[in-house]
Amino acid sequence: MKIENIRNFSIIAHIDHGKSTLADRLLEYTGALSERERQDQFLDKMDLERERGITIKAQTVRLNYRAADGRDYVLNLIDTPGHVDFTYEVSRSLSACEGALLVVDASQGVEAQTLANVYLAIDNNLEVFPVLNKIDLPAAEPERVRQEIEEIIGIDAHDAVLASAKEGIGTKDILEEVVVKIPPPDGDSKSPLKALLFDSWYDQYQGVIILVRIVDGTLKKGEKILLMATRKSYEVLKVGVFAPDMREMTQLSAGEVGFIIAGIKEVQDAKVGDTVTHLNTPCSAPLPGFKEVKPMVFSGLYPIDTAQYEQLRDALAKLKLNDSSFSYEPETSLALGFGFRCGFLGLLHMEIIQERLEREFNLELITTAPTVVYKVNQPNGNVVTIESANQLPPQQEIDYIEEPYILASIHTPNEYVGGILSLCEEKRGIQREIKYLTPTRVMIIYELPFNEVVLDFYDRLKSISKGYASLDYEQLDYRRGDLVRMNILINGDPVDALSLIIHRDKAYYRGRDLVAKMKELIPRQMFEIAIQAAIGTKVIARETVKALRKDVLAKCYGGDITRKRKLLEKQKEGKKRMKSVGNIELPQEAFLAILKVEE
Amino acid sequence: MATALYIHYPFCLQKCLYCDFNSVADSRIAPEEYVTAVVREMELRAERPPLPVTVPTLYFGGGTPSLLAPALVGKVIDAAARLYGLAADAEITLEANPGTLTREKLAAYRSAGVNRLSLGVQSFHDPLLARLGRIHSAAEARAAFSAAREAGFANIGIDLIHSLPGETPTLWEEDLRQAVNLAPEHISAYALTVEEGTPFYRLEQEGTLPLPEEEEAVSMLEMTVSILQKAGFEHYEISNFARPGFRSRHNQVYWRRENYCGFGAGAHSFFVEPGWGVRWHNTDAPERYLGAIRAGAPAEEERTCLSRGEAMAESLFLGLRLLEGVEEEGFAREFGCTIDEAYPGVVRKLCADGLLERRTGRLRLSPRGVSVANRVFVGFL
Repeated sequence: MKIENIRNFSIIAHIDHGKSTLADRLLEYTGALSERERQDQFLDKMDLERERGITIKAQTVRLNYRAADGRDYVLNLIDTPGHVDFTYEVSRSLSACEGALLVVDASQGVEAQTLANVYLAIDNNLEVFPVLNKIDLPAAEPERVRQEIEEIIGIDAHDAVLASAKEGIGTKDILEEVVVKIPPPDGDSKSPLKALLFDSWYDQYQGVIILVRIVDGTLKKGEKILLMATRKSYEVLKVGVFAPDMREMTQLSAGEVGFIIAGIKEVQDAKVGDTVTHLNTPCSAPLPGFKEVKPMVFSGLYPIDTAQYEQLRDALAKLKLNDSSFSYEPETSLALGFGFRCGFLGLLHMEIIQERLEREFNLELITTAPTVVYKVNQPNGNVVTIESANQLPPQQEIDYIEEPYILASIHTPNEYVGGILSLCEEKRGIQREIKYLTPTRVMIIYELPFNEVVLDFYDRLKSISKGYASLDYEQLDYRRGDLVRMNILINGDPVDALSLIIHRDKAYYRGRDLVAKMKELIPRQMFEIAIQAAIGTKVIARETVKALRKDVLAKCYGGDITRKRKLLEKQKEGKKRMKSVGNIELPQEAFLAILKVEE
Repeated sequence: MATALYIHYPFCLQKCLYCDFNSVADSRIAPEEYVTAVVREMELRAERPPLPVTVPTLYFGGGTPSLLAPALVGKVIDAAARLYGLAADAEITLEANPGTLTREKLAAYRSAGVNRLSLGVQSFHDPLLARLGRIHSAAEARAAFSAAREAGFANIGIDLIHSLPGETPTLWEEDLRQAVNLAPEHISAYALTVEEGTPFYRLEQEGTLPLPEEEEAVSMLEMTVSILQKAGFEHYEISNFARPGFRSRHNQVYWRRENYCGFGAGAHSFFVEPGWGVRWHNTDAPERYLGAIRAGAPAEEERTCLSRGEAMAESLFLGLRLLEGVEEEGFAREFGCTIDEAYPGVVRKLCADGLLERRTGRLRLSPRGVSVANRVFVGFL
């Protein structure tokens, strides 16, 4: 295939704006999906995988298309779903493309997630052209949305393709635009091999499969390759493309997108953003932009039933096989017993993994409140990073603590600006910019301490904006903060799983709020329970759960024992979800009380 | 095999606001019609096993069974005697609403064979009675009690409810004193439970039901025991008190897992055999019940054969309601294992928490355990 006839592109769309259906139309039109397969939504199949998957995996499909100019083209669709936790992965996938379709629902308009990914595409020098989808809907307002795209994103939308993926309108126009508007790749097949690794996953039969975009050079089966970041070398067992099924090829050359199977054992060895080159004739320099991905958010996962520890360990190992960005280490808590401290890219990543563990592996878990990674500077000049309040060294061994900051972009309808600004201020934010994208849509940009964001920021943002505001963020830097460790004491004993690191100014308020919430969550027991929040030895808040003194069933009418039994069983069910800490039974929710949205 | 009988009469003049039991007001079913069906059901039951014989206790519950004319009550008692045989000393109880009684009627019940009256007094304070939606006043309750005595009832029980909306410990103490002054043989004293689906439940959800604070409710609970015990009543069941020799024999059948057979809409039955015991109940809706019986069909629903585990749990959470407790050897004989083998560590923990006592081969609730009995029972599920 001549490089002039290759087009590499991705589709950027907000969820529900019709990406999957549109991709289906493109596959059908070019014959990649047979009539028989028509009922399956190709990208939806992947969506499902993605929903169940822990990393968001890129997918590629090679389409053959004879254009209006009579020539045959190879169009590689690289699907790069985006989320705030996976910005880096998405940016690598985008950099494997020369262009992107911006699909916008003609009845809805531009959404924040779209915006974040469009900017990523523009940063990667992609040619972006808009497609207005769902124009068949009565509510479609192509003119308004066209104008919005121009105003908000700043790209020319006067000749945006009008499409309805559902009705099959505009499919051919889109393919023509891809051919005409997106430039061909500009690599050289004769140069030393330089390929961008933009995703990888583990297959139990073939080992790790990596997706690459060949930038320069040519790669054949049997050749020795070097992964430049990990400095590991392998022999290529197979190369090929997805069309959409896996199809082996004799070679991949400059401009092409495909897969490599090279006997790589673990996904950690195939890092997204790495450069693949020949072992013996390497390229002079790796591709720019490689980053080591590190977990940013940590939380403890403990089985409620201690007998499930082994099962939890096996489940974590299985998930880790396919997700190099997730980490876990055994951790022991006095309160919760044996468990694991797990690291995640962000909050969504954390949620996905927890949900998979509970749903797919049938585990009942207690999750401790998430923490970020702090840098503790010690008087002797050492810097220790800690991922849990319990790792904090004693006060005399701390000079100062640094905490991570993020740059948060919040996209919201204008009526919620006031509420969001006060939320950001309350969360120790530093305002960078308030941008009116249109008279009714606002972009608020803040620098925020990440630890304030992982607690309950997102839930509160959603509640303030009735769900309309969206959040996107990137890591900024570490800054010195007046941080202290707050302990929660139950009947005088600190419960390690409830300790947290918090800004001193927030401690009093948080402490009071937290013990009050815990008081509501802890059911009354046979004795009085004191709940205290303390910094060091100083108690800053206290609540008491009074001893239970009355718990009797009412009259038993006419020997209806079954009903009595049912009532008792219901009571017992509630008890089952408790974790015994000493002689006190704490419900699961108590460990997450800190995350509860405040009014 | 001795089997207690329960007759359910599901009709009331007016439904009380806290009541979630199977009872209806404004039914078009005539009492004669209903009693005919009950007798028919008794006949049908007598034709096939399990066959209840020699009835030690017969209990008319409701609803308001005292809405039945004495002749109809007599018809049921006669049927029981004819079909199953009444023990010579059979306890025959009628639940009675003070607002439905006259001296003549009471005398007629007595003549028909009723020998125990359970009087639904609930409170001696008219404003509280009105709030409950009761159809009678405190004065009527006192009058009904005297009339019952005059009619020859030597075994009268009074039902009271405490922790009512607007009630204080002082008011409850007065109720107890008034009850004691009437000198009944038996007193049931329950705490009000707000059940889902009742008008009280809706009021509670709306926040307009001024239930006493827990501290007050607890003190009412404690005062009940101390006042009634001082007055010579034995505290023999979590919520029941009796003069020596006057415990409700019928209710003890429930707690001891002895046979009972229920007739009428929604009536519950239990037989200790076959297997680990079997429970069922009749369909609740009176019309459906009548339809089934008229067609000669059983009106049964949810027949459940208990597992060994369920039977063990029952014998503890029911047996422990009686303050005499559970005889440990009896348990072991019945189930082939000791309580500790069946529930390792449970008794020790509950004893350590001061909720259970283990003495002279019996396991029983401690005074503190009585107030939080559910906590104890949950341990045996």
